[in-house]
Amino acid sequence: MDGQIALFLLQDGVVNGAVYALLALSLVLVFAVTRVILVPQGEFVAYGALTYAALDQGQRPGSLWLLATLGGTAFVFGLWRMRRHLARNAVARLAVETLVVPGLVVALVAWAAPRHFGPIASALMAILVVTPMAGFLYRIAFEPLAEASVLVLLIAAIGVHLALTGLGLVFFGAEGYRASAFAEGTLTLDILTISGQALAILVATGLLIVALFAFFEWSLIGKALRATAVNRLGARLVGIPTALSGRIAFLLAGFIGALSGVLIVPLTTIYYDSGFLIALKGFAAAIIGGMISYPVAALAAILVGIVESAASFYASAYKEVIVFLLIVPVLLWRSLSHAPTEES
Amino acid sequence: MHAMTFEIHPASPHEGNRWLAKLFAAAFGLALPLAGAEAQDIHVGITISTTGPAASLGIPQKASLSLMPTEIGGVKVDYVLLDDAADSTKAVANARKMIDEDRIDVIIGSSTTPASLAMTDVAAEKQIPMISLAASQAIITPMDAKHKWIFKMPQNDSLMADAIAEHMAKAGIKTVGFIGFNDAYGDGWLREAQRAFTAKSIAIVDVERYARTDTSVTGQVLKLITTKPDAVLIVGAGTPAALPQKALHERGYAGKYYQTHGVANLDFVRIGGKDVEGTILPAGPILVASQLADANPIKKIAVAYVQDFEKANGGPGSVAFGSYAYDAGLLLQSAIPAALKKGKPGTPEFRQALRDALETTHEFAVTNGIMNMTAENHNGFDQRARVMVTIEQGGWKLLP
Repeated sequence: MDGQIALFLLQDGVVNGAVYALLALSLVLVFAVTRVILVPQGEFVAYGALTYAALDQGQRPGSLWLLATLGGTAFVFGLWRMRRHLARNAVARLAVETLVVPGLVVALVAWAAPRHFGPIASALMAILVVTPMAGFLYRIAFEPLAEASVLVLLIAAIGVHLALTGLGLVFFGAEGYRASAFAEGTLTLDILTISGQALAILVATGLLIVALFAFFEWSLIGKALRATAVNRLGARLVGIPTALSGRIAFLLAGFIGALSGVLIVPLTTIYYDSGFLIALKGFAAAIIGGMISYPVAALAAILVGIVESAASFYASAYKEVIVFLLIVPVLLWRSLSHAPTEES
Repeated sequence: MHAMTFEIHPASPHEGNRWLAKLFAAAFGLALPLAGAEAQDIHVGITISTTGPAASLGIPQKASLSLMPTEIGGVKVDYVLLDDAADSTKAVANARKMIDEDRIDVIIGSSTTPASLAMTDVAAEKQIPMISLAASQAIITPMDAKHKWIFKMPQNDSLMADAIAEHMAKAGIKTVGFIGFNDAYGDGWLREAQRAFTAKSIAIVDVERYARTDTSVTGQVLKLITTKPDAVLIVGAGTPAALPQKALHERGYAGKYYQTHGVANLDFVRIGGKDVEGTILPAGPILVASQLADANPIKKIAVAYVQDFEKANGGPGSVAFGSYAYDAGLLLQSAIPAALKKGKPGTPEFRQALRDALETTHEFAVTNGIMNMTAENHNGFDQRARVMVTIEQGGWKLLP
């Protein structure tokens, strides 16, 4: 192996790692705020990617109907949950959040889809379609279980993942799609050529990390989320609605997932079930960060990307094994250096 | 004298049965003929992968089911269709369910090799003929007490590998880089490619593997390029097989590209775009049905199937994958009349007779080739069951 190949592998690893970093961050975020291990994170990636690919071809994506259905279901669930104390304001708010907003999104995208407004518009619309789904899924599947144990939440998450994978097949079909890049052109640095799309991934990841930092550090909602993460009961005692925190965390996760999907679909073919493995690598990184540390998770994700890229060069048959073996020493070290804690 | 008249009237024992049933029906009223007719139906169990990772195989196969015969030899054929999502456990459970509850006479499926391999045990245990729609030779070999119940529609990998080796030798290729799926499909092909290439003194200079769900193959592709092979053989099924080719193109690999018949669907061309133009692959003749010579007995059947499939499917689809299910129907159509002479559907004698009849299929044309089954060969295809094609302007072109 010469330096040139090493450089190519490093570039490939860093670009993939940047996507894993985005997913690792959202996994850590959701786990910290809601204690849900977000197994369906990968589906948001696949949905975002396939919705963008459909819009890119000027078709109405199947996920529109899923969004409308999820919104309607969330509305019914919401009504049922407040059946004892129906207040006009609360119902009106629920209707706006679960019926009017997705209705507007569906109408906008259905109108705009055949009109080819260009890749950037398609990307924004794909994110707009997928992000609210995550919020509705939280209302439907996780809010009623908010006080349950981590294990119950994990099982619910696996259920949501399986359901979304199946729905993905129904709405997008079994075949994969690849979309046109929204960042054309290449950047040439000496021998290294970086495609515009790869550059877009790096820039988006960097910007998102800065934005998340600012959000948690300076905004009131961000601080409320952090408070919920540190101590749910305490947060409630000081008047933070923890259900709202959960919804916001899920919306952020949906946004990050959809964004990742939109970013990678011009680089590779995405299938309705591609998301899981991508998210699993983000999950490996999140575990290395102990499911609590954002910077460690982000750096670990880059490491996962580089190890994956190197493994695919040296021993392609054992690539996945090598990547997931990374978490074994970390788990060993954590179990030796931290006293076991019983979950309360 | 009495026996004489009985022999003259019905042309076959089976028609004799119907004649008898009619007689009984007249004697015993209305309820009996319904029950009698049901017991005589032929029950065909089908388990294919219409969801899950092999859905792109299972969906066109499902679309082909509506084209399968509903009546064979004057007997109604009932189909039971279950989905196994390419999961071996599910395929076995489906097979057992259909055998125990639906009392099927023959089982078709599954779409993938691992699921089919798992089902062979059930078929042999219950002594039910099984027609697999998956490609690997391991499904029907070695020919022993278990495998004598198993038949297979798709062409053997060895047939396809030989065709590639022949084409490479003619094109003067000496070194080949191999990149294939990290599963049974890739393993089987690697073995066959090594055998076929060695016979033509072509060397495999590098072996790389990747997974269907991989989003990047940069590492493997860089390694392939450093070994500078004359040609690259990509072994994958469906659209995931486009990924290494696109990556090789991106890195400026200038050699020839070979793919396997696993990519013989239009989605592959759609995903691959201009990067897969000029790719050479072996395929069943069905893929280029309209370009076959008029004298070829496969042409008429294949062209008719393609037209019917497009009507049933509401547009073009993966005929190459769907045709295996259709061919299984043709094969049954040819074998069942002989079996009906030896036993009634629903009985062990019928299943045994059907197995024997399948095994003696001789010079039988289906959309994928001409079948000559023997006790040793339960696939029965020869070199007439494959053609070399290339991709030209987003379509398939038959190579001479």
